Amino acid sequence: MKLSKTKSSKVLEGDLTPMIDMTFQLIAFFMLLINFSEVDRAEEITLPVSELAIPPEGRPDYQVILNLEPGGNVIFEGQRIPQIDVMGPILKQEVRNADREDVDTGEIAVIIRSHEDTPTGLVQKLIAKCQDEEMENFVLRVNEKIN
Amino acid sequence: MKLEREEPEEIQLNMTAMIDIVFQLLIFFIMTFKVVAQEADFNIKMPMASGPATDILDEPPELIRVSLRSGPEGVINSIQVDDEIETLTFGPDPNLYTDLTNYIEQKLAGDGDPESASETEVEFDIDYGLKYGYTVRAIEAVSGKVSGGKVKKLIEKIKFKNNSNEQ
Repeated sequence: MKLSKTKSSKVLEGDLTPMIDMTFQLIAFFMLLINFSEVDRAEEITLPVSELAIPPEGRPDYQVILNLEPGGNVIFEGQRIPQIDVMGPILKQEVRNADREDVDTGEIAVIIRSHEDTPTGLVQKLIAKCQDEEMENFVLRVNEKIN
Repeated sequence: MKLEREEPEEIQLNMTAMIDIVFQLLIFFIMTFKVVAQEADFNIKMPMASGPATDILDEPPELIRVSLRSGPEGVINSIQVDDEIETLTFGPDPNLYTDLTNYIEQKLAGDGDPESASETEVEFDIDYGLKYGYTVRAIEAVSGKVSGGKVKKLIEKIKFKNNSNEQ
């Protein structure tokens, strides 16, 4: 028997729709979770842990995030400021920026992210510096303890 | 003349480029994704640097002064509580934070007033060198307690006595 060689070859086409659906869903998931505010967080700061602290409800109208290292350096917007004493002009500028956005100085949320080994006196010094600029709304940030 | 009916052509989109880009995006997001612990806050309202005159004027009906004393290397040594009636000292022992929580709980329960928790204020007098982690534990101890998976809120108003100039 003679086998015919002229059998036409077919291109196999899989249905790509479910894969593309899943891939788009994964991308959407990662896009929602990605944190673009890394500049506000100093990774070298180990926050104290607490199970009673309250997770933040939304973003305040105006916030100033101050990261405090054990040695007394303040990390603000990615910049390391060597002394708390020189924070005055920076805080004044933040007050002016808040004012431009119609936020009262008393409403500015000063978020203090201090390393767990920082002497508390330095934290108080930073708070006092902010109080000199009439800031009064302080937030001590910690890591949430999950049981 | 008989017209020949043309068969509709099947349009095939080339998906390769799109899938390439989509996978590159996916890989980018996976690589940059970081699992970080959820952060939480203790809110403290401190209107101005405390001075002796304003202290007297703004003093709430109930004020409990909690002093945190530091041992060597910034470790907590003892906690002193002064509610203007009696002065108690907890520590040095590992349960000093539990003792503080129990004291606050008994104090609020003893008042018999359900509003007492919101009317009482705690002022912390903290040694300059005490590590911040121990301070947060003390704030937590007066803020509430967890028993049987439920959170019982205690003191809401907290302030610091300014000790920032001591060294």
